[in-house]
Amino acid sequence: MRAYAAIFRMKFTGGLQYRAAALAGLATQFAWGFMEILAFMAFHRANPAAFPMSLSQTVSYIWLQQAFLALFMTWFFDRDIFDAILSGAIAYELARPADLYGRWFCQSAASRLSRAVLRCFPVLIIACMLPGPFGLKAPESLAQLGLFFLSMGLSLVVVVSFSMLIYISAFHTLSPVGVRIMAAVAADFLAGGTVPLPFFPAGFRQVAELLPFAAMQNMPLRIYIGHITGADALLGLGLQSFWALALIIWGRALMKRALGRVVVQGG
Amino acid sequence: MIRVRGINKSFRVARRKAGLSRAVKALFSREQERVQALKDISFDIAGGEMVGYIGPNGAGKSTTIKVLCGILTPDSGTCEIMGRVPWKERLAHVRDIGVVFGQRSQLWWDVPVDDSFELIRDIYRVDKALYQATRDELVALLGLEEILMTPARSLSLGQRMRCELAASLLHRPRLLFLDEPTIGLDAVSKLAVRQFIKRMNLQEGTTVILTTHDMQDIEALAQRIILIGRGRILLDGGLEALKRHSGDRKILTFEYRGEKPGLCPGMELVSSQEGRLVVRLDQKRLSTAQALAHIIPQVELIDLATASPSAEEMVAALYQEYSI
Repeated sequence: MRAYAAIFRMKFTGGLQYRAAALAGLATQFAWGFMEILAFMAFHRANPAAFPMSLSQTVSYIWLQQAFLALFMTWFFDRDIFDAILSGAIAYELARPADLYGRWFCQSAASRLSRAVLRCFPVLIIACMLPGPFGLKAPESLAQLGLFFLSMGLSLVVVVSFSMLIYISAFHTLSPVGVRIMAAVAADFLAGGTVPLPFFPAGFRQVAELLPFAAMQNMPLRIYIGHITGADALLGLGLQSFWALALIIWGRALMKRALGRVVVQGG
Repeated sequence: MIRVRGINKSFRVARRKAGLSRAVKALFSREQERVQALKDISFDIAGGEMVGYIGPNGAGKSTTIKVLCGILTPDSGTCEIMGRVPWKERLAHVRDIGVVFGQRSQLWWDVPVDDSFELIRDIYRVDKALYQATRDELVALLGLEEILMTPARSLSLGQRMRCELAASLLHRPRLLFLDEPTIGLDAVSKLAVRQFIKRMNLQEGTTVILTTHDMQDIEALAQRIILIGRGRILLDGGLEALKRHSGDRKILTFEYRGEKPGLCPGMELVSSQEGRLVVRLDQKRLSTAQALAHIIPQVELIDLATASPSAEEMVAALYQEYSI
C-alpha cells in the first residue's frame, strides 16, 4: 500500500506543476460551458415541456461537469503508460516488486486528481457567482452532497478501470491511437458527456443507464442536481460499485494474460 | 545461485519487403517468421561470481537477462535463481535482484533524483534506517552529493548512469544484472562505474552479471565470460580460456631502415608502411625469438614492440570463427 501511496504522491505533486496548462484548460472549460448552456437554453425556449430536467438542473450539471472534467473525461490518457509499453521502458516496471495493475491504476488516478484539484475551484467559485439562470445551484440537502462525493469517488474508479482496459490493449496493438479514439468517444457519449443521459430517447436511454458508462459522470452529477434521489441514488451507488469491481477484475485478467506473452520492444 | 537449463525463447516477427504493394498485401496476409532468440541455454553461476555475458548485437544477451529477471517467459526450459523460478514468482524474485538497463532509465524524469530514490525505497519497503545507511554509502561511493537534488532530465549521461546504479542497489540485492552499464559513457565515468561494480562484488559479495560490448569492461571486471551468438552459448570460461582459445597470437611491430623484410611461415602480415611492419605470430608454429631471428638480420632495426591481442581482437576473432 505504501508503494501505491508513494506513486500516487509522486504523480500528484508532478501534476500540480503544470499551471499554464491548467489556465488554458480553465479558459476552454468556461467557453465550452457557456456554449452548452446557451444551446440548452435555446432548446428549452423552443419546448420547455420536452425537457426531462429543469433548466437550472441542466445548468448545474454542465458546470459540475466542467469543474470535474479531469476526473470524468474518458478521452484522457496518461502518456507515460503508453510510452512504457511502446518503448519497452516497461522492462523496469516489471523488474519491481509492485503489482503493475495497481501501480498504473494509482498513477492514472493521481494524474486525474491533480488536474481536477487545479481546475475545479475556479470553475466552481465563478459558476456559483453567475447570475440567475447561468449559475450553479447548491444541492438541496447535505445528505445529497455526501452521496454526490461518494458517487464521484466511485465514478473515478470506474473511469480509471475503464481506461486501464485501453492501456492494456496497447500490449496487443502497437498503435493504440485507433482503439483509444473509438473507445473514448463512444464512452464519453454514453456516459452523458455530450448530452445528459435523461435526454436520450426512451428505450435507448434505459439500456444506456445500465451500462458501465452510466456509472461514470452520469451518476454523481444527477445525484447532485437532485435528479436521482433516495433509494434510486443508493441503487445507483450499487451499480457503480458493481461496474467498478467488474472492470477491475476484467482488467486484471487481461493484464495477466498480456504479461504472460509480453514482448519488450527495442532490444 | 543461478541454475539455467535448456532455455528456449522465440519471438514472432512480422516481415515484409519494402514497397507499397507489399504493404497493401501485408494488410491481408501477414508473413510472420519465428525468430529463435535463445536456443538451449544452460549455465550455472555461483554466489559472488562476476560474469561477463558477451555477444554481438542481437545475439540474445538482453533476452537472457529479461528471462532471468522474470520479465519474459521462455518457451521451454527451467531456471532457478535463489530457489525461485523468476517468471513464476516474479514479485518475490525481483525483490532480491537489482537491474540496470543501460539504455533505459528508471529515474522519474521531472523530479530530483532523491525523490526517485525515496519512491524506490517505498516500492521495495526498505526499512528506514537501513535505507538511510545504504543511501549515504552509495552517495559517497558514487559521488552523488551534488546531483541528488537535480531532476533526472538535467543530468548528463555519466551522472545519470551513476544514479541508476545507486537506484538499483538501494534495496541491497544479492544479485545484480547490468545490461550495458557503460554504454555511451566517457572514460572517466566508465572507470568510476567499473570501480564501483568491482567494489560491490568484492566487498559486498554481490553476484554480478554484466552484458557489454566494451571489452575493457570485461577485462576489468569479469572473471568469467559467457559468449553467446545467434541464441546459443558458444564459450563459457575464464578470460584465460578465451585467450587460449583464440590461439597464442602475438603482435610484433618493427620499425626499421632499409628494404621491407621477407616473412616466414607462422607470420601473418597485419600492415606494412614505409619503415614500419606489423605482423601477427602464430606461436604454435613460431616463437617470438625465432621471428626476431628471422627479421633482424634483414634490416637495420630502430625499434621493436610486442603485444598480445586485446580482448577486443580476441572477441572479434571469435565472432569471425563462429561466423556470428
